[in-house]
Amino acid sequence: MRMSRFNIVSLVFGIAFLYLPILIVVTYSFNASKLVTVWGGFSTQWYRALLSNAPLIDAAWVSLRVALASALGATIIGTMAALALRRHRRFMGRGLFAFMLFAPLVLPEIMTGLSLLLLFVALDWDRGYWTVTLAHMAFTTSFVALVVDARLADLDPSCEEAARDLGATAFSAFRRVTLPMISPAVAAGFLLAFTLSLDDLVIASFTSGPGATTLPMRLYGQMRLGVTPEINAASTVLIVGVTLLVIVASRLTRRHRQA
Amino acid sequence: MRVRPVILVPFLWLALFFLAPLAIVLRLAFSESAQARPPYRPVFAWADGWQVWLEKVKALGLSNFEAMLDEPLYADAFFSSVGLAAAGTLLVLLIAYPLAYAIARAPRDRRLFLLTLIVVPFWTSFLIRIYAWIALSKPEGLINHALKSLGLIDAPLPLFGNHLAIIIGIAYSYLPFMVLPLYATLEKLDWSLEDAARDLGATRLRAFWRVTFPQTWRGIIAGVLLVFVPALGEFIVPDLLGGSDTLMIGKVLWSEFFGNRDWPLASALAVMLLLLLALPLAVLRVLEDRRETV
Repeated sequence: MRMSRFNIVSLVFGIAFLYLPILIVVTYSFNASKLVTVWGGFSTQWYRALLSNAPLIDAAWVSLRVALASALGATIIGTMAALALRRHRRFMGRGLFAFMLFAPLVLPEIMTGLSLLLLFVALDWDRGYWTVTLAHMAFTTSFVALVVDARLADLDPSCEEAARDLGATAFSAFRRVTLPMISPAVAAGFLLAFTLSLDDLVIASFTSGPGATTLPMRLYGQMRLGVTPEINAASTVLIVGVTLLVIVASRLTRRHRQA
Repeated sequence: MRVRPVILVPFLWLALFFLAPLAIVLRLAFSESAQARPPYRPVFAWADGWQVWLEKVKALGLSNFEAMLDEPLYADAFFSSVGLAAAGTLLVLLIAYPLAYAIARAPRDRRLFLLTLIVVPFWTSFLIRIYAWIALSKPEGLINHALKSLGLIDAPLPLFGNHLAIIIGIAYSYLPFMVLPLYATLEKLDWSLEDAARDLGATRLRAFWRVTFPQTWRGIIAGVLLVFVPALGEFIVPDLLGGSDTLMIGKVLWSEFFGNRDWPLASALAVMLLLLLALPLAVLRVLEDRRETV
């Protein structure tokens, strides 16, 4: 089937619209000139400047630690929640449970941030690394649950039932039978939670405190002052990092589908 | 029935980190602001007991909501948020529909690749994508620079710091949200219907408009809601791309909270935002339910 000219134009236009701005940021991160519109030759000086930018490096470490810890926590609780919802058709408060689990997906970030901060204030917890981590866990749990739930929906429950009939305990049937089958979805959920946490500005701004400035918060502060080649370089590092993660994630799910 | 940890642990987690915070926002929205730390005086104290609570509900402090009605700034912010989110959503639809259509009509072995191309930018940081637009659209940015050196314009086009910038910013950041549901609907279509219309003498456009388009309503509604709902509460787009005169609820809420430290008023704004979102969310819910039963 040949594609019509109109369809080809739509495709080219749409993809250019999505990619050109990003490509320009990446290109200009290698610009020797400090000016944004003038090309002054190829240079990696902004990447070297990045390495000596201590506040930015600190923020990157905070972000990585928050993302790792919150994604781990969200993966455990999100997977449990998806299992609870799929495996137990009737329990008290199941409707409320499902609502609480999936409503955060559509809640504006600014509301999530505000409400979690007010919780931390009400509980009198000092704001900092742990409150950001908990806040990120809170909003990414729903995304993990969504991904794992989709996988559980396609799963044949008779495998686990067979294991139980053959004498396995509930936990061992889960660990030896169900978990291996849903593990690609669990891994994909983890990566999704990780990138969402790494990316978040609004919720972190509300729930963070002194000494726990995340990378997006630091970048946002600099972006408000204008476009600089150094932010271009930092952005390029992030874009490449996340793209690699996504490639790994899609490999994981594809290998599973072929098997 | 014995209590299962697989249910109990997430249940308690969600109650603490979703339900309780929302209840606190609601409670604070009815409280008065104060020069204190934390900067508000709660109306309901947990220790009061039901009797006192009931009395207080009768004399509930609506001062924050009254302030919202009195001050035209807030009403303006709500109206312009709805307008900008709607305009942005329309622009996304206009770009996404031909795109989803072209992918659905591409050779079968190419479709997954094309769809992946659309989704990958969604994974790169939202903040960075908006930043990329700043670099392009500023008066001294690349678009204006290129147009000027080609001799097409004399004065820079007003692409930055205004409503247009926000609309384009929304379109740019939420494009995949629209393409995916549209593609899901288009992919399932029976193209022989459109071919039949063509055979019976309809032009390509007429065949599309009368036969294909009406079959994709569900995808359009789902896509429109998936873009409109987050765009309505957007903060980053109006803050970085809009000008000082562009009002959106998210930005006003942010400045009430961080700038004026009026936490009760910020909470009241959040409650209003939630009420505003209730209708589109209810529609989305009905759509999802129907899809599950089909």
